[in-house]
Amino acid sequence: MTRKDVTVELRARERVNAMLFFAALVLFIFNFALGPDREKLREVAPGLLWLAFLFTGMLGLGRSFQAERENECFEELLLTPGDRESIFFGKLAGNVLFMVTAEALILPLFGILYNLDIWAYLPALALVALLGTIGFSTLGTLLAAMTAHLRAREVMLPLLLFPLTVPVILGSVRATEAILAGQGLGEVSHWLKLLGGFDIVFLVVSPLAFEFVLEE
Amino acid sequence: MEARTVVSSAPWVSEEGRGRFRSSATTKAFGAAAVIVLATGLTLGLLVVPPDAVQGQVQRIMYLHVPSIVTAYLAFAVVFCFSILYLWKRELRFDAVAVSSAEIGVVLTGITLATGSIWGKSTWGVWWTWDARLTLTAILFTIYVGYLMLRTFAEEPQAAARYGAVLALIGFLDIPLNHMAVQWWRTLHQPSSILRPGGPSVAPVLLLPLGVMFLGLVLLYLYLLSERVRLERLRHQTADLRLKRGRRG
Repeated sequence: MTRKDVTVELRARERVNAMLFFAALVLFIFNFALGPDREKLREVAPGLLWLAFLFTGMLGLGRSFQAERENECFEELLLTPGDRESIFFGKLAGNVLFMVTAEALILPLFGILYNLDIWAYLPALALVALLGTIGFSTLGTLLAAMTAHLRAREVMLPLLLFPLTVPVILGSVRATEAILAGQGLGEVSHWLKLLGGFDIVFLVVSPLAFEFVLEE
Repeated sequence: MEARTVVSSAPWVSEEGRGRFRSSATTKAFGAAAVIVLATGLTLGLLVVPPDAVQGQVQRIMYLHVPSIVTAYLAFAVVFCFSILYLWKRELRFDAVAVSSAEIGVVLTGITLATGSIWGKSTWGVWWTWDARLTLTAILFTIYVGYLMLRTFAEEPQAAARYGAVLALIGFLDIPLNHMAVQWWRTLHQPSSILRPGGPSVAPVLLLPLGVMFLGLVLLYLYLLSERVRLERLRHQTADLRLKRGRRG
């Protein structure tokens, strides 16, 4: 699993670059769309931040099984020693890693471009981001494996993933909002529990479902 | 000529098999019962029962709105059960039930959203608002529309069935989580007035048409389901026949 993970990383360096550049562009475009009104921006900042995270994550997820499909080595992937679950967790670890890397760049850039003081809240924000990213990537990895075999796969992944991850999106955005407003982690504990619950449910279910998806 | 003899001796056009092209008697009975019960329900709800004291005539839309969403949830529960059955047994007939039920559920959810929107416009003054239950229903709608789209994009029926079943599984598990998230987010919808602790708050006289409409919609659902499953089966048979003919050359 770890070996696969590393190869995926090496292979996909272009993916991380694309994700980072895309994330920076998203932040610019939001600014054009909303105008330079600082107060208004501050109000919608948590939502913007998560939109940037999710769009970037989606970009990465969409590519996560592309290499296998283009080189037609899905069968080889299945033949690798170890069970299907480790393939899933290997892919998942890669996806989470890419998304977290992108987030680590988006966050400071976001703070700078939108004049937000994020440094004081960094640990709390990181926790929320991690929980949200795990939930989003878990379902995302499963659905990416599924849509990799479809016609119109680029369209289908977001179409399926966004409605299913509404709890993650809502939870992360609300928690981020509260944190940026200066509230402690205790105030958002119910959102954190929801995010954690979502993560646990789908970390258990997705590897099981993954076996059905890969079956040929 | 040779081909014709082969086909006519094949089991799918035998006397017993021919019956499968037509709806069964049970199906027809469901259809007829649905028409009668729904007509009764509508008469009761629209003409007999008095209008709401505050909301007036428009409240009568409830008799379609509430039973629709309840039946839709029923349909999605059926999708969930038959998806699991399919993953377990791997027989396409289970999948046929799942996809048929999903289609009807989506239509019923659509009806709920549409009637709710009309009702909302006249009582709240807006077509749409981001209330918890509205949002949840809309999410439900998008999940199952996604389910149907996913299936149309799959290359072969077995793949469609497998992906669909997996999606139905996650989609159903997602409902309670969505429910919680959306509840905490906001609530404006009038609280549930029938299934609530301490008995229903709706006057008993109004419950009658509601119950009748619900029964009627369930009957209609069963009728549509069995017709749709039959259609799905015919599709599988057609595909099989095509495959066989193709092989013969």
